[in-house]
Amino acid sequence: MNASGWIQLALYMGVLLLVTKPLGIYLFQVLDGKNTFLEPVLGPVERITYKLLRVDPRREQTWKAYVAAVLLFSLVTMVFTYALLRFQDRLPFHGIIDGLPNKTAMTPDLAFNTAASFTTNTNWQSYVGENTMSYFSQMVALASHNFWSAALGIAVAAALVRGIARHESGTVGNFWVDLVRIHYYLLLPICLIYALFLVSQGIPQNFKPYDTAQLTEKQTIQVPKTDAQNNPVKDAAGNVVLQDQAVETQSIVEGPIASQMAIKMLGTNGGGFVNANAAHPFENPTPLSNFLQILSIFAIPSALTYYLGRAVKNQKHGWAVWGAMAAVFLVGVFTCWKAEADGNPNLYNNGVAQVDGNMEGKEVRFGIFNSALFATVTTDASCGAVNSMHDSFTPIGGLVPLFNIQLGEIIFGGVGAGLYGMLIFVLLAVFIAGLMVGRTPEYLGKKIQAYEVKMSGLVVLVLTLSILVFSAWAAGANNFGAPDPTTNALSNGTNYNGPHGFSEILYAFSSATGNNGSAFAGISANTPWYNTTIALAMLIGRFCMIVPILAIAGSLAAKKLTPAGPGSFPVDGWTFIILLIGTVLLIGALNFLPALALGPVVEHFLMHAGKLF
Amino acid sequence: MAAQSRSIFDPKIIVPALGDSLKKLNPVTMVRNPVMFVTEVGALVTTVEVFASNESKAFTGQISVWLWFTVLFANFAEAMAEGRGKAQANTLRASRTQTTANRLRDNGKAENVSADQLRKGDVVVISAGEAIPGDGEIIEGAATVDESAITGESAPVIREAGGDRSSVTGGTRVLSDEIKVRISANPGESFLDRMIGLVEGAKRQKTPNEIALTILLSALTIIFLLVCMTLLPFGKFSGVDFSPTVLIALLVCLIPTTIGGLLSAIGIAGIDRLVQKNVLAMSGRAVEAAGDVDVLLLDKTGTITLGNRQAVEFVPAPGVSPHELADAAQLSSLADETPEGRSIVVLAKQQEGIRGRELAQLPNAEFVPFTAQTRMSGVNLDGQQYRKGAADSVRSFVGGKFAPEIEAAVKDISSKGGTPLVVATKEKPLGVIYLKDIVKGGLADRFERFRAMGIKTVMITGDNPLTAAAIAKEAGVDDYLAQATPEDKLAYIRREQTGGKLVAMTGDGTNDAPALAQADVGVAMNTGTQAAKEAGNMVDLDSNPTKLIEVVEIGKQLLMTRGALTTFSIANDIAKYFAIIPAMLLAAFPAIAPLNIMRLNSPSSAILSAVIFNAVVIIALIPLALRGVRFLALGADALLRRNLLIYGLGGIIVPFIGIKIIDVIIAGLHLV
Repeated sequence: MNASGWIQLALYMGVLLLVTKPLGIYLFQVLDGKNTFLEPVLGPVERITYKLLRVDPRREQTWKAYVAAVLLFSLVTMVFTYALLRFQDRLPFHGIIDGLPNKTAMTPDLAFNTAASFTTNTNWQSYVGENTMSYFSQMVALASHNFWSAALGIAVAAALVRGIARHESGTVGNFWVDLVRIHYYLLLPICLIYALFLVSQGIPQNFKPYDTAQLTEKQTIQVPKTDAQNNPVKDAAGNVVLQDQAVETQSIVEGPIASQMAIKMLGTNGGGFVNANAAHPFENPTPLSNFLQILSIFAIPSALTYYLGRAVKNQKHGWAVWGAMAAVFLVGVFTCWKAEADGNPNLYNNGVAQVDGNMEGKEVRFGIFNSALFATVTTDASCGAVNSMHDSFTPIGGLVPLFNIQLGEIIFGGVGAGLYGMLIFVLLAVFIAGLMVGRTPEYLGKKIQAYEVKMSGLVVLVLTLSILVFSAWAAGANNFGAPDPTTNALSNGTNYNGPHGFSEILYAFSSATGNNGSAFAGISANTPWYNTTIALAMLIGRFCMIVPILAIAGSLAAKKLTPAGPGSFPVDGWTFIILLIGTVLLIGALNFLPALALGPVVEHFLMHAGKLF
Repeated sequence: MAAQSRSIFDPKIIVPALGDSLKKLNPVTMVRNPVMFVTEVGALVTTVEVFASNESKAFTGQISVWLWFTVLFANFAEAMAEGRGKAQANTLRASRTQTTANRLRDNGKAENVSADQLRKGDVVVISAGEAIPGDGEIIEGAATVDESAITGESAPVIREAGGDRSSVTGGTRVLSDEIKVRISANPGESFLDRMIGLVEGAKRQKTPNEIALTILLSALTIIFLLVCMTLLPFGKFSGVDFSPTVLIALLVCLIPTTIGGLLSAIGIAGIDRLVQKNVLAMSGRAVEAAGDVDVLLLDKTGTITLGNRQAVEFVPAPGVSPHELADAAQLSSLADETPEGRSIVVLAKQQEGIRGRELAQLPNAEFVPFTAQTRMSGVNLDGQQYRKGAADSVRSFVGGKFAPEIEAAVKDISSKGGTPLVVATKEKPLGVIYLKDIVKGGLADRFERFRAMGIKTVMITGDNPLTAAAIAKEAGVDDYLAQATPEDKLAYIRREQTGGKLVAMTGDGTNDAPALAQADVGVAMNTGTQAAKEAGNMVDLDSNPTKLIEVVEIGKQLLMTRGALTTFSIANDIAKYFAIIPAMLLAAFPAIAPLNIMRLNSPSSAILSAVIFNAVVIIALIPLALRGVRFLALGADALLRRNLLIYGLGGIIVPFIGIKIIDVIIAGLHLV
């Protein structure tokens, strides 16, 4: 934990704080239907779009109509992406813009998984981008989905905030208007400039075929021997026979990368153009690009707290929510950074110098601090982009990202999703502690009653259910995802037995349910079983959350408002921040403690006892 | 006989409660409380495990016993609360059992029937010395009634047909005269019966907030059920076999048994505390609403002022000595038996040393009573006509003119909120008596505290705005409604409610009924009419309007207690994790020993300690649940900080200490 790290952290928090207010005010203009400074340019385009879509921008929707629109939009875009991926080898555009040969169609399970993944803003990638995707698919199926799903998240958050701010109202906004305005005024303009900046840092933006380079240092690797039908050859014991293969050349990826990187970060999507994600020099070439990418993950989620304060006319409340998020974020960064900086004691005991800490799975360019910061930010938010391999972190260093995801990605969180997830905890905090001021629970003048509690409880319950039950299924069963049915070894697709293997499973379903998309990537998840269950977990995590949240929005919007007074429950100040953090930890995290104990916690103690996985 | 507070450890309540705790094990009733139902099922499974599994029987057996205790303790808490409530209600009800009634048949003849045969609409005749057989309204006659059975007040009260004092309560006794009463409630539907139903388990309806809380507790229970069930395959993957007993122990410790076990006891105790104040609530919902009240409508007379105006000053006319004025004032008031008249006599004695004369000492005095026409009263004595009365009446009595000083005094007294009475002889006005409304002591402080809690106090009065403003200022209320008619009251309530506020009020007259019905908390006076009592959702047996303030405090205290114990219960989980998780994993992974931060003796004793703590804490918190947390009239900010510190932080720390102590005892006794 060196001075450079402290300075960068201070700089990061400082800049984040600086952008929060102006961007928050801008968000308020965009989401409240006010004119922005871009109105003269984009206003006409906006109005034409409504005409084409046959949307009356002045007509608002009830929460049920809003839900229907959200679900319809998601379904259509998901089917679109699924079809595109299934037929990516046969599409006419393929040959025109693609410099790449041999991109085959995706299998049904992988296409389902990928379509669900990008629809839900998860960007879990069971595929390897540079091997599997055509440029056309990257741009049309994936990059556009990055915009759509991000805008959808922000729209749902706006609907919930409207529900809180309004009273005796039957509507929560118009989804189509929200969608259009978020695209035109927020995501597209920022991404245009952001992508150009990334190009200036060295990220490719082209349609060239991959380059090939001769290796200066030739390598020999072992690959499975295959027979004439391309099936692996096995020996008498059933083990795969390996053979040597010389590697003399290297492919260097090209493609429209910069345009996808901008929205991948800004929209907390996280799906890389290439498999190595932001660890790859073409996705994240410079320290400046690294800093900006980490910043752009938190920018909108942080500004949304300001938007909340402005919309409900209680800016202190907005800052209190920001404060609770920032506090948990900083604790996460410190813990992860410390664990990685301390490294693995066994290496030290065996005389291996590790001045920098645990460098396994990390880019030397980024080092310990920037890897720890990126890992914490990407999992606090539901981004899931990585610039280092979480699977290779120390047990505690890896616990932080996993824990962050299991909290529900509410520490700033995904665009929109972070705010509406956090507001669920705000409601629960108010409900549990609200009675202690001698009134039935009230949040900003609205009574929190059985209906809101039921819906909030449902959100927490469904997320816990998805993570635990799918993980239990994967951990308990032995006959799927298996590379080797005869030996039964490692048949869960994990690379390790014991706590680390368990962490990989738990991480996969936490990441999917939380719509994060990062992975303890040692797991072999590209199997029909994992592709299907993970896709289901992603859909559950997204829509079983959005529907109850919009129901709460509708219910709150219809309620009467009690004016605030000295007897009203305070939702600003230190007491509330501490209460909110306490609720997040008690309700959000305690559920996963036993599972975490069997994973990273046990692994940590075993590591100190000299046993590694 | 009035309700009184009882010791928590009254054996008359504890002994039957012990029996009830066993009866409440019936799963059919237990389902109403999902948290405790899961605990009961867990206890049952562990009991089977004692015989079926090959684990240590001492360990499984003790876990099982303590799980049963957990359920029983929760049942006991509820039975205790019910017992106390029932005991309270039974003392009230005892008086009315086995009374007989003279029911009037259609042909006008009376027949003797038992009180429980009376139906709504029946007319009964009650004579002096007889008990009133049921709640009803006097339709003919007037009587003095001894209501001490209900109110504890020994002075008899007058009840008469028509007007606002026509209702009678079953169980009270007629002392003189004969009245005809129309019965207004079927047996089992009277206020008292409804009240008893409220504290008895079977009939009790959950309040809206209780329903919401039960939903949250159920959600947490299902979540922890999932957590514990999935631990089985997780353990299998990691090479650890968790026994059902251990998983159930973990489950019961994690689900919110503390609040789940005490929730209904807290609610019943709240209603019980109201009964102790002699207030009958018609529903638990009303008690909850009392805590939420934003606006208190308080009748001036009886609530804010003592009810009677008192003479505080003589202002003599020019050329009249104070003694002369006092003397005339006293003479004119000798026959005036109103509190105001008596206070004039007293003031004259205090200020001028004029002894109160007996009427008998003045044989040739002719007293002139107050009439609505003259609006004066006084005495004709020795050819002199002494009068006192409102300024207008006395002005015309003396011939149409006052000295400017008198006019000034009259105006001045009015503007101070007082009532000026002018004293005069036929020849000349002598001066003015200043009658003042006496504001009850300590109210200003109390209203100040209400203000801190965000509650607005509004004084309702029939006085003119000038007078009302002056009294409102003195009493420290936030607002007043002067020259208020029942319609004004209703409109005021509606206006506040439209602004999202909850309103509480008291009332007694029939014309108060619409406002009482409209108010979120309407406390009807027991002396009031049947209509008023039907319209309100609470009845104050003492007919003391100041009670409204206490009703609000009890409502708030109930909500605070519920919130405090919920927070405490959930915060407890942290320590239980630190006790049980290391214990569960230690056998398979000895390296995690440092996680056992409480240094508990062995895995078995750690788990058993957590389970015992979880059970014992319910018993330990019963007194708090029944008495309620300490009520402090503070702003929400300060209250939240204070209660979070005590019940939130306390909820985190206490179980660490408790579990450690129990573990030391278990180790010392070699229990496992």
